[in-house]
Amino acid sequence: MKLAARLKPLDTPLTLVAVVVVLALLVQLMGIDLLTRIVTVMFVSIMLVLGLQLYMGNSGILNFAHIGFMGIGAYTAVLFSMTPEAKVLTNSDLYPFLVPLHLPFVPSLLIGGLVAALFAALISYPLMRLSDAAAVITSFALLVIIHVVLLHWDRVSNGPRTLFGVDNYTTLWVSVVFAVITIFAVYFFKESRIGLRLRASRDDRYAAASIGINMVVMRWLAFVASAFIAGVGGGLWAHFITSFTPYSFYLNATFVVLAMLVIGGPYSVSGAVVGTLVVTAAREVLRGIENQVNIMQIFPQGFFGFTEVVLSVVLILILVFRPTGIMGNRELHWPRRRGEAKPAEPTETET
Amino acid sequence: MVNLEFIINTLSLGSLYAMLALGLVIVYGILKLVNFAYGELIMVGGYTMYLLTFYTPLPWLTVVILAVVAAMLTSLFTELVAFRPVREKSLTAMLITSFAVSTLLQNGALLIISPRARAVTLPQIFQTSVMIAGTSVPWRNILTILTCILTLILLTLLLRRTVLGIALRAAADNFTMTRMLGVPANTVISTAFAISGIMAGIVSIFWIGRSGSVTPTLGAPPLLVAFVATVIGGMNSLTGAVVGGFVYAIIISLLGVILPPGLVEFREAFMFAFVILILVFRPEGLIRSKTSVERIG
Repeated sequence: MKLAARLKPLDTPLTLVAVVVVLALLVQLMGIDLLTRIVTVMFVSIMLVLGLQLYMGNSGILNFAHIGFMGIGAYTAVLFSMTPEAKVLTNSDLYPFLVPLHLPFVPSLLIGGLVAALFAALISYPLMRLSDAAAVITSFALLVIIHVVLLHWDRVSNGPRTLFGVDNYTTLWVSVVFAVITIFAVYFFKESRIGLRLRASRDDRYAAASIGINMVVMRWLAFVASAFIAGVGGGLWAHFITSFTPYSFYLNATFVVLAMLVIGGPYSVSGAVVGTLVVTAAREVLRGIENQVNIMQIFPQGFFGFTEVVLSVVLILILVFRPTGIMGNRELHWPRRRGEAKPAEPTETET
Repeated sequence: MVNLEFIINTLSLGSLYAMLALGLVIVYGILKLVNFAYGELIMVGGYTMYLLTFYTPLPWLTVVILAVVAAMLTSLFTELVAFRPVREKSLTAMLITSFAVSTLLQNGALLIISPRARAVTLPQIFQTSVMIAGTSVPWRNILTILTCILTLILLTLLLRRTVLGIALRAAADNFTMTRMLGVPANTVISTAFAISGIMAGIVSIFWIGRSGSVTPTLGAPPLLVAFVATVIGGMNSLTGAVVGGFVYAIIISLLGVILPPGLVEFREAFMFAFVILILVFRPEGLIRSKTSVERIG
């Protein structure tokens, strides 16, 4: 009983972690290679979507640049984790000073996250004043800038050509560990002083300012933290997929993470996790149908884009009929036993 | 370096970009919606031209008119089906909707037609040039400039002389007040989307006229141009959009000449960095609208 009381504030993250771990165990037991791959990518996506939720959910501002920071993290991590020989093999134009760098996997990931966060910290402070359309266009502009630079800075990124030869370090359980850490981190951020202040300024900017909340600084901290998570997530993804191009980190990927977050519910941590699970499952089923139709050659011109068409229709329907997503503003809670007293609801209300 | 050819090319590019920016701003002015699906309207115009020239013997002028009509109908349809239901909810919901509509149209084209580029048969006039003062100028550049002038005149007449146009301008200034005075919101918004679609249709003719083919992802580059041009011009004024279009063309042409070869390929990044600087330091753009809405905070 005492333990239960102590775990009460951790109710939501523990529930989410339980979901993740149980899923991972099930997949491990089944031992189907394809399923393991899908679920590993899903856990990496959970991390990315949680990172997006950390900024978007708490500040209420749409962010298109997230996948750009994922790209920065991926390219940076790979530069450190690959052996000098592998690097020269995939990109003979690489700056000579970058060639000898070589670090183990986890430090490379963290450096990837730090570089993304540093870039975010340097560039984003003045942008945090902007809201609505101006904020959307600037974040979109950031995505384009990052993309164009990755696409043309041959001596770092190998340009538009595929970067290959990355070691596959991201196993199922590595992705589980990172997803679990991120769930706790994002949940604690939401409940922290910074998170609470940020949400206050989201709900009423002027009231928040009147009690001394500096919205710009709060947004900035959240944006940098979000970029760090995106960067680490990008590194993880890179070490799973092992070869990629700058196009992997552009509008298509942006659409997928946005769809995951918005369908799940952008205002709650549980929403990010639930959305990722639902959209991943839906995508795999649709992708399966798409492949099957292509194999059967029903359409002479091929059958491409079906998955995205259905997803975007679902996204529009969600926005029309349930704009706060599947979870609304609620968080998941551990199912209570019957007879147990319902704890008092927290007085703070969201939106 | 800066000779007649350069000037006419830049003017033609500017005309194209001005029309492009106008179509985006006319919706933004009223709904404050940055329509991500705007680029896909151009793609719809392009595919209409491809299908009609490939499968029907229609004369080219008819094809072009039908392409503009198709873009307009698509624009109206997206407004009716996607934007109208979320309009009252939140700006963020509307923005995500427009992103979803963009993905939907793009992948719809992928699904229905083909991921591969389709060549659009263009009439002779798009390939021939004319000699002016010793330099050869492509006809399509002259056509672009003339079309832009004509479109601007017609649009100005519409906005200044018709009741609908006046309602449209009033709605851009103060939508709530306009509605209180008895102007039906849906009519005004539909008109704005129709004009936006027409602009996209016209742009599609010349955009395809430059590239000669159409792909499902055709919409992205013009959308990016429209974004930059509208921000440069100040997002609340139609004059600003036109000025922004021309300024964009001038800057991008000059960057192509001035920048050292290694940096030319980064010029899009420079343009977008410029956008961020403008939004931070002069959010009202080059042309300050009489009724700029507060966008900072």
